[in-house]
Amino acid sequence: MSTLTKMKTLTMVQAITDAMRVMLQESEDVLLMGEDIGTNGGVFRATDGLQQEFGEDRVLDTPLSEAGFIGAAIGMGLNGFRPVAEVQFLGFIYPAYEQIMTHASRIRTRTLGHFTCPLVIRAPYGAGVRAPEIHSDSTEALFTHMPGIKVVCPATPYDAKGLLIAAIEDPDPVLFLEPMRCYRSSREEVPEEKYTVEIGKGKVVTEGEDVTIIAWGAMVKVAEDAAKEAADKGISCEVLDLRTLYPLDRDLISSSVQKTGRTVVVHEAHATGGVGNDVLAIINDNSFLYQKAPTERVTGFDTPVPYFGFEDFYLPDSKRVLAAVEKVARY
Amino acid sequence: MIEEFQLVQVMDQQGELVQGEYEKDISEDLTRTFYRHLIRIRTFDKKAVSLQRQGRIGTYAPFEGQEASQVGSALALQDKDWLFPSYRDHGATMTFGHSLLHILLFWKGRNEGCVPPEGKNIFTPGIPIATQLPHAVGAAFAEKRKGTRNAAIVYFGDGATSEGDFHEGLNLASVWEAPVVFFNQNNHYAISVPMHKQMKTKTIAQKALAYDIPSVRIDGNDIFAVYFETLKALERARNGDGPTLIESVTWRYGAHTTADDPTKYRDQQESESRRKDNDPVDRLMKFMKHRGWGDEEWMTSVQKECAKEVDLAVEELEAYPAADPSVIFDYVFATPTWTIQEQKEKLLERLRGE
Repeated sequence: MSTLTKMKTLTMVQAITDAMRVMLQESEDVLLMGEDIGTNGGVFRATDGLQQEFGEDRVLDTPLSEAGFIGAAIGMGLNGFRPVAEVQFLGFIYPAYEQIMTHASRIRTRTLGHFTCPLVIRAPYGAGVRAPEIHSDSTEALFTHMPGIKVVCPATPYDAKGLLIAAIEDPDPVLFLEPMRCYRSSREEVPEEKYTVEIGKGKVVTEGEDVTIIAWGAMVKVAEDAAKEAADKGISCEVLDLRTLYPLDRDLISSSVQKTGRTVVVHEAHATGGVGNDVLAIINDNSFLYQKAPTERVTGFDTPVPYFGFEDFYLPDSKRVLAAVEKVARY
Repeated sequence: MIEEFQLVQVMDQQGELVQGEYEKDISEDLTRTFYRHLIRIRTFDKKAVSLQRQGRIGTYAPFEGQEASQVGSALALQDKDWLFPSYRDHGATMTFGHSLLHILLFWKGRNEGCVPPEGKNIFTPGIPIATQLPHAVGAAFAEKRKGTRNAAIVYFGDGATSEGDFHEGLNLASVWEAPVVFFNQNNHYAISVPMHKQMKTKTIAQKALAYDIPSVRIDGNDIFAVYFETLKALERARNGDGPTLIESVTWRYGAHTTADDPTKYRDQQESESRRKDNDPVDRLMKFMKHRGWGDEEWMTSVQKECAKEVDLAVEELEAYPAADPSVIFDYVFATPTWTIQEQKEKLLERLRGE
């Protein structure tokens, strides 16, 4: 990065606000919509100050109407705008699922590119913040299974800003998942200016030799903690942050698991049908003969995300991840 | 509530003008235009049913009986307006300028049929019920943001008013004062479910009260009522006065689609008696006849021209290039992802026999 680049230290939620500000400044076509995003600045303050800065016409408070305003955002996208819609929690996106599944994701296909849907849906997601029922869901796989939409999930402030700008510039719909636990858990130097992080590319967070740990969102920190604990036991872990859940970064996964031959996949979503299974499929397709141990998955359970009084049992933590790391290392 | 939402007629079932103030707006030319479009879409519809019966297109949703609602409303639009149809509204889309070939392609299972003529804002037929209403609100709101005088019209049936998207769409349009016309064709049946099982209300128009949206309940087989009321609603939209709900009361003579048998859920005598007494095309013909407009010779020539146009479209359909398998992969994203690219290559390899 150029030494001339001005940096500022931001939390993830501030970096997300910054990305939206940059794009609102850049193009009149970009507009924000969602519940309580105006005066209130969003339930997590992700749009804090943006309505004051850009006006009620560009930062729209919508009625409580997920299907309605996502549907309307689709209509605006058809007609030249680039809407960025906030759903307050991923668990509240379900009324809009029909609009996303039956329209947003297939308008380009249906019309051979005549109409498109350059829509970004931002959704805070995941457990671990002691939130009420439905507020902690991690149902990314409902969307990675859906053809025609990209699913992005940053774990750091830098990636959040760069990926959100990339999502807004993307000509197709993008679901942008914001792990709530990461919103204010750390700060990082983030360029003040516009930059992008490529959708579809993960990254190596920690280099290692013995075991690959693959994670995204709030689980990246859990994986890093487990890697540190494993290091104390003499196991060198390589931690990958996938950053994009569709399309998956096959090259990154393959190069790491071919080096280590041992893999642990971590996600807080339910095990059955989870994105971890797609990671396993990639390993099976490309790296089968490199494997020295069966891949372990550390995931949430096939239960509804429990009430928060029980969520510590549900959510993968570094101990569970470490146990899996030791199991594949010893195999 | 039905007293507050009396059926608006401009012309009665005998083809007599019942609202004199429209006299000045009605010309022989206008009625000839109406007649031509009514015949054109009816000819198309009958042909399409017959093509389905012969296995030359897929399942088809006929609109026969609803022609005045579709032609009258679509002719009220201006060139740059937006039209969001449901799957039964290709009478409206072809009147607004969609090509017959493309409409046939749609019913033959080809995405190519969803591509409107260049410059025409015709969205794809809404299959999931009522989902197109919020799209129309969004597109209309976008026009408002751009500062144009363009509006959007969205078509849907009586059953659609039970869906959440109907209510969310009306509410959003109301709050945003979006320039959109909600054009409901109340043909009294969802597939098989009659209106009284769909809703307790006697009218659909009254539902607009809850959103503080003006609404009107019109005789949907009276093309004058449809045309003039839609014009008024569009004018309101263009002037920044927000949305309107129109309930156009009509009837479909035939099945929901060629995949069902209406005799199973309703007495088809009703369709026959409505065809006899209240056919939208006959009513206009009576009106024209009273005035000596459009003689039989002219009407016959219109019928022949329409039949020829439809036949030509069928010929074009059947000469249309075979489906290219690449199409299913190439438009999912602007740039295909690696999974889609590899799946495409594998399929093409297999098709090449490698």
